Amino acid sequence: MRRITVGPFNRVEGDLEVKLDIDNGAVASAQVTAPLYRGFEQILEGRPALDALTLAPRICGICSVSQSMAAAAALRAVEGLAPAENGTLAANTAHAAENVADHLTHFYIFFMPDFARDFYRERSWYVPIAERFTAMRGACVAEVLPARARLLEIMGILAGKWPHSLAFQPGGTTRAIDLGERMRLLAIIADFRTFLERVVFDDTLDAVLALDSAEALDRWRDGRSGDFIRFLALADDLALDSIGRGSAPLMSYGAYHGDAAPLFAAGVLDVTTMMRETLHIGTIAEDVSHAWMQSGPGAPALSETRPDPEKPDGYSWSKAPRLAGRPVEVGALARQAIDGHPLIIDLLRRSGANVKTRVVARLIETARLADAMESWVKAFRLREPFCHRPTRRAEGAGVGLVEAARGSLGHWIELSGDRIRRYQIIAPTTWNFSPRDAGGVPGPLEQALVGTPVGAEGAASVAVQHVVRSFDPCMVCTAH
Amino acid sequence: MAALEHGASGWFAALETFGVNLLWHPSVSEATAGEATAIFDDIVSGRRPLHALMLEGSVLRGPNGTGRFNMLAGTGRSLLDWIKSLAPLADYVIAVGSCAAFGGVPAAGTNPTDASGLQYLDTELGGALGAEFRSRRGLPVVNVAGCAPHPGWIMETLAALALGDLAASDLDMYARPKFYADHLAHHGCARNEFYEFKASAEALSERGCLMEHLGCKATQAVGDCNQRAWNGGGSCTHGGFACIACTSPGFESGRNYLETAKLAGIPVGLPLDMPKAWFVALAALSKSATPRRVRANATADHIVAPPARDGGRRKP
Repeated sequence: MRRITVGPFNRVEGDLEVKLDIDNGAVASAQVTAPLYRGFEQILEGRPALDALTLAPRICGICSVSQSMAAAAALRAVEGLAPAENGTLAANTAHAAENVADHLTHFYIFFMPDFARDFYRERSWYVPIAERFTAMRGACVAEVLPARARLLEIMGILAGKWPHSLAFQPGGTTRAIDLGERMRLLAIIADFRTFLERVVFDDTLDAVLALDSAEALDRWRDGRSGDFIRFLALADDLALDSIGRGSAPLMSYGAYHGDAAPLFAAGVLDVTTMMRETLHIGTIAEDVSHAWMQSGPGAPALSETRPDPEKPDGYSWSKAPRLAGRPVEVGALARQAIDGHPLIIDLLRRSGANVKTRVVARLIETARLADAMESWVKAFRLREPFCHRPTRRAEGAGVGLVEAARGSLGHWIELSGDRIRRYQIIAPTTWNFSPRDAGGVPGPLEQALVGTPVGAEGAASVAVQHVVRSFDPCMVCTAH
Repeated sequence: MAALEHGASGWFAALETFGVNLLWHPSVSEATAGEATAIFDDIVSGRRPLHALMLEGSVLRGPNGTGRFNMLAGTGRSLLDWIKSLAPLADYVIAVGSCAAFGGVPAAGTNPTDASGLQYLDTELGGALGAEFRSRRGLPVVNVAGCAPHPGWIMETLAALALGDLAASDLDMYARPKFYADHLAHHGCARNEFYEFKASAEALSERGCLMEHLGCKATQAVGDCNQRAWNGGGSCTHGGFACIACTSPGFESGRNYLETAKLAGIPVGLPLDMPKAWFVALAALSKSATPRRVRANATADHIVAPPARDGGRRKP
């Protein structure tokens, strides 16, 4: 048995270190460290309530709208306020734009460049894959970066700018959209659809959205050449469905809320039995036995964040959130599985949560959101308000639960005299990359890394890179 | 990550245009773990030149000056320590964003991590590298301040440095590049007509000027924000909310960002270089001259009074 340290683990958002115990050429156990702590929750304490809308999004440069949405939802819960319907549609559109921009960034900039590594030089597919996906130099970036920038023009219209917008308010959004702007939004979304159809899927989105089983996927991909199909071929050759396997339940808070049910349903799914469970938010608690944090109440509505850098058993600034005592995996795979997407359900039945299914779920979700954005923009009622004027209550507690690109994001807020008395944030990667809890139970990535073959490469093992990046971690959000 | 939006052909193509070769970037480089630290070691040992060191994020000096709140993964050393090793070796040191420049949001309130900018903490010169620090080419830390900075500010600063086209005289009093910092965020604001007549929005999403009631600091904050497009055509004021002066040191210590602080009914923060008495007198005059159209639209969320030949004429 030998221990190796992998870091700085890059092409993730933020700072990440992974320690691996290697036995017989495979990972025997893993320890995941968030090596950065900035203290956002401490900074928010004592501030005027609405300052959360300015400060919380600045936790992260790529999940900024998600943080805004969670803060606005938490404040809304305190105030007992319903946002303007147009505001909900506009916020959902901007939020979806951020989330699919993040999915694209993950696929093309963070994840795929590992297949262009020298390690794979002998593989039959190496030359075309390296030409297309090499970090910074691959042919794909000339298509992807302009498409991503064009997509984010949605923010210029709906939110002023990205990242860090104050357009997302408890009462709705701050810019009422006119007819010309609706047409511009539809043109941007149409360009994005064209990009997906031409570059990612090599087929119409309708055809992609109709895929309902692993068999249908295999039939469909035959003879196509989009980047999704290229990934599926790599996944076959490298058996990416056999690494990064997770056994933790999947969880989703439900995504893109409105007056009716959310676009993607909330819930919990046990991947070993494929049984759906109801999500009970009250059973969420954070364990700090291995975090450099002082002990206190575990429930986020009652806890505070106080660092303890010298804690003997600590190895991460991240707390360990648990749902009814269990670690859970969050992200696009969880969202699509819990929403019952037939292709994702079928893939899960066959091979469970793994590197391949996480990536497939992200791209299927991207296709679904391109469709949803178009329908939301068409549903704006242009003569009606986008923002209600809030009547402030300024006392009490509330929870804001949203789905960021990387999974479930919650803000727990308590106000007293219109000031923030308590603010607690549990981010998606806090769930996925949590350290062990008091019972010694490892977090989802720590579990998923066990068994990963590292061969002679040790710290340079490319399989470890695939497994870690398959979760699309956002480390700046993790410990915040 | 904002820089990724830059340029018609993408940021990597823009870098190539100006001959900029990224030695290592945490989000986009292939090199990871040992491959990355080998690059850092080559720089420290002098085997590889370092033309520019760019930092995003505050320098966390705590706890107790150790920098433990931000360790560079895999190295057992704090980022504070690495910055002190690498900065003196760089031709230029660039702070990307208000955190790296002035401390930013992590330095707010009790500043729990002892966060600082590279060469400033708030408006105070010093920071992590000290007031006397100069990079090898003799420049102080170049502060591309903003939260987040416009992708163009980042790329144009880098391009100018690559061409040897940015001198100390091109930086303002807080070492921000003058090409964007010699403007006010107010310049080019689409709400200009409302500002002229002091026709003010009273609630969020209304079309009027945001200065009188809704916290806008654009007449005091530097930036060419309303002269260049954010995300294809936006800006904060275009988006319907106040400029919060995110290019200014200490913006994180503001309170109630979307409310205007007032004394005796007059906003505390007035345009930077305008005598207060004149501002008050002109405001009173322009309010009395406000066309009906402008007054009506100021408190509506969409245009209720379009321009018309006599639409603005006030009845005596």
